[in-house]
Amino acid sequence: MAQVSSIADEQVSTPLSTSKSILLRISKFNPESDDSPKFMEFNVSYEKWTTVLEAILDVKKHFDHSVAVRYSCRQATCGSCGMLINGKPRLACFTKISELDSDVVTVEPMNNFPVIRDLTVRFEKLFNTHQKIKPYLIRDDTDLESDEREFLQSPQEVEQYIQFANCIKCGLCNSACPTMATDSSFVGPQALAQAYRYVADSRDKGRDTRLNIIDESHGIWRCHFAGSCSQVCPKGVDPAMGIQFLRGYLLGFRS
Amino acid sequence: MTEDEHREGIKGMANPGRYGIERVAYLLMRLSGLGLLGYFIAHIYETSNILRGRMGWDEFLALTQTTEGHIFLALVIGMCVFHTGNGIRIMLGHGGVGVGKPTRPDYPYDPASQNYRHKIGIYSSILLAAVAMMYGLAVMFGE
Repeated sequence: MAQVSSIADEQVSTPLSTSKSILLRISKFNPESDDSPKFMEFNVSYEKWTTVLEAILDVKKHFDHSVAVRYSCRQATCGSCGMLINGKPRLACFTKISELDSDVVTVEPMNNFPVIRDLTVRFEKLFNTHQKIKPYLIRDDTDLESDEREFLQSPQEVEQYIQFANCIKCGLCNSACPTMATDSSFVGPQALAQAYRYVADSRDKGRDTRLNIIDESHGIWRCHFAGSCSQVCPKGVDPAMGIQFLRGYLLGFRS
Repeated sequence: MTEDEHREGIKGMANPGRYGIERVAYLLMRLSGLGLLGYFIAHIYETSNILRGRMGWDEFLALTQTTEGHIFLALVIGMCVFHTGNGIRIMLGHGGVGVGKPTRPDYPYDPASQNYRHKIGIYSSILLAAVAMMYGLAVMFGE
């Protein structure tokens, strides 16, 4: 009986909610009417499981509904909510405020992408460079006969590319890349990693085509292996690894 | 580069504070490369002084015998050693050597390409450069 009592006391003394608050600084900028970004500050309460996206949506709901933010799945699958959080590219839905270990959380639009408004950026260039490397299987026998079956792969063959197939096109790698910071023509780590994804696929026969596409002055040779792209990837794609493997093909280290 | 591209520019490229030791190595590689290029140009100018005869040559060489000259040469030694050591690491990495193997990623998704081998390579290059600089300073100031 005494034990039950102590458990009851413990439940009372341990509140379910341990709500704290942070100062959320949101970059507000409309390129059509503003000269420079301004920061709006909001005090937002959070639990240990609250994500930055939830905090932003809280601000939209209760303080300023004009904050422009793109989001969809809220589970790091759609790649829509990439932004700079305390200076580093992250997915807002995948970043808990409690993990940031800071009383001030600053959110800004991703670098190296044109800003539409506030936290929302244009992805046209990312999608164009992604399209440029032919992100699909290239084969001579594209017209399948009715009696043909799927192309079989061993687990080892799948391991060669499955990591790179996890890309959700969020653009965080392109935002972190130091070459993208200065070279507007660079194809970028996202597209290069996807080039490797298809080059490493045993079903694909378009290796030479893709290597020719990226073998240019603003292509793969502009990567200097800083590795920032891999450090910010929320899906473990490791673009830096794929890019070095691709370069290995071009330099003759790999065949 | 247009304003609406929202690029970080050189300021962002040269900011090593957000992405670990690999980004520090990236910055040091650029700085040491530019420093060595500057030294190479200065070295051509320096050796061209031999055309001014022995007196002109000795006069110019005396600049390297000052305290400032010793510190400058120590920096050149440091840049040269770091650029060589880190350059070998990067060249191997560029060929796909030591960057790990593709595998199914697991949370928290530590990138295999940023592995301990490369970190050891970076720290070793920095350490070797520091030791070489100290040795150079000891030789130059110990005369």
